[in-house]
Amino acid sequence: MTGPAPLLEIRDLSVHFARPRPTIFHPAEMLRAVDHVDLTLHEGECLSIVGESGCGKSTTALAVMGLQEPTAGTVLYRGKPLNGPGAPGRKERARIAQMVFQDPFASLNPRISIGRMLLAQLSLHGIASGSEARDRVAEMLTRVGLSPDHARRFPHEFSGGQRQRIGIARALMLDPRILVLDEPLSALDVSIQAQIINLLMELQERLKLSYIMISHDLSVVEHVSDRVAVMYFGRVVEEGGWKQVFTTPTHPYTRRLIDSVPDMDAVLAQRRELPPPAPVPDGARFSPDISARPDPRTMPEPSHLATIGPDHRVRLAGKAP
Amino acid sequence: MPNPDPLLSVRDLRVQVGRRGPQILHGINLDILPGETYGLVGESGSGKSVTGLSIMGLLKRPLNVSAGSIHYQDQNLLKLAPRARRRLRGDRIAMIFQEPMTALNPVASIGTQIAEMFVIHRGLDWPAARRRAVEALDSVQVPSPEERARAYPHQLSGGMRQRVMIAIALACRPDLLIADEPTTALDVTVQAGVLKLIDELCRAEGTAVLLVSHDLGVIANMCQRVGVMDRGRLIEEQDTVALFSNPLHPYTRGLLAARPRLGSRVEGGRKRLTELEEIVPPNARGHDAPTLVTPRGVRAARAEATA
Repeated sequence: MTGPAPLLEIRDLSVHFARPRPTIFHPAEMLRAVDHVDLTLHEGECLSIVGESGCGKSTTALAVMGLQEPTAGTVLYRGKPLNGPGAPGRKERARIAQMVFQDPFASLNPRISIGRMLLAQLSLHGIASGSEARDRVAEMLTRVGLSPDHARRFPHEFSGGQRQRIGIARALMLDPRILVLDEPLSALDVSIQAQIINLLMELQERLKLSYIMISHDLSVVEHVSDRVAVMYFGRVVEEGGWKQVFTTPTHPYTRRLIDSVPDMDAVLAQRRELPPPAPVPDGARFSPDISARPDPRTMPEPSHLATIGPDHRVRLAGKAP
Repeated sequence: MPNPDPLLSVRDLRVQVGRRGPQILHGINLDILPGETYGLVGESGSGKSVTGLSIMGLLKRPLNVSAGSIHYQDQNLLKLAPRARRRLRGDRIAMIFQEPMTALNPVASIGTQIAEMFVIHRGLDWPAARRRAVEALDSVQVPSPEERARAYPHQLSGGMRQRVMIAIALACRPDLLIADEPTTALDVTVQAGVLKLIDELCRAEGTAVLLVSHDLGVIANMCQRVGVMDRGRLIEEQDTVALFSNPLHPYTRGLLAARPRLGSRVEGGRKRLTELEEIVPPNARGHDAPTLVTPRGVRAARAEATA
């Protein structure tokens, strides 16, 4: 391989859960929440993972954060593994990647003021203390569009949008390189969503951050992402640059997903046209077949991600040639 | 008159917290025509759900209607005795909610919950009602309806539960269905199926729908007319195509601009989004908000007369 290692590499990641057994004499069935997922995040990019509930997108994010032990596979940060022997500890890891959660209220301690919460991170990691730490907190609050006075307030004193700003401030306090955004907008009103999207885009540019965004909102994903991975039943079925995935959606599941978005422009134009798919090799069959729900009890059929164009891969049936 | 008589007329509806508390709705005027799908769109706290609940008569204390009228078939629903109102509710005017799991009874089978409608409102005996319940499940495209009628809510997926809610709501062929964020808790592909189902069934039966949603895309796809609510006021009402192509109120314009559109990045690039505050001057919201004249002119003229 030439060039520097990518910022983050998810290699052959699998997370399987044992399903409850009907009786102890039955063998445990495995739920393949995440099954052989490969993804790459480059410096300064936003990688979005889309799919419906249960497709494994959040589990993938948790595995990246180290909050979920993978069954198999590795997550590499600048070429070094984040799990397994010799992996960095929790403290070190906290300065690499941080997470912003869907419901900011549920992830904030109601009994601790915002300022104290943010200061605690600085002192725990021995980064700053005293007035220097307070200055940093004030600076961070200003950066996410709040005022330094807000440090004295408690979570319940803020609106939903402000709380998500606090969630972002909390995640940025240790100056991580990666933010994992798990449905950062779905609890917010349309007008507040626009503010948070703008804030995230601005911060990304200014702090040279990289994002992994988990979302089901395809319009937002198209607007902010550099790369997009579509997941379906634990597997990536289509992956590529945002332009490839959105202007030539090729896997039938991606096409169904885009077609399901209620689109106001289509109403005005009185017609709905999906962009054309990219051509696939003759005789190739997409995997899995989306006309039937895959049965989680059976082994998935052999399949591979085939490159069908520059920066565009789609899952086809059969072993990799 | 080009317009048919409205099925439901809401006039100067005001809702208040307690007797002296703040007002939640500041005089809502709207007409729902027979068989039409009317969308109410707005952000959280705009009063769209409270409007739906007021029509249904399901406001919880301390919320109460302090003034106004809701006319349905020459009777003011607000003046009706509780008993008479209960007879209408579920029969002539039905409602589906956002979260079917909390709206369904967890300890009664699906079939029983649908059959109850036929027993209460149609006076059928239970065996006949159960047979009708299976038919109703079939009509909302639940696979193997006989089997599913014996299932309990927790045994069904979110999309299936919402289909059951639709079956219950439409069991008595109501004149008006109030759907409050019916697909917000569902995945997009499931949402598409549920919306299509509501549209088809209501069109076939001539049921009018009041669709309450925060999702402009859903509203655009489902409704013929749209009312936009902000801070307890209906600030704009237009035919759907007119509203989305030529929004008149600054708040509506702000709301439409704040949303990224699918397919717009190819030409527009990764721009920063226009935030609501950049378009809406502060005096265009709340007390100073102008109520906009609709192309029909009827409703807004009445609003001025009462003001």
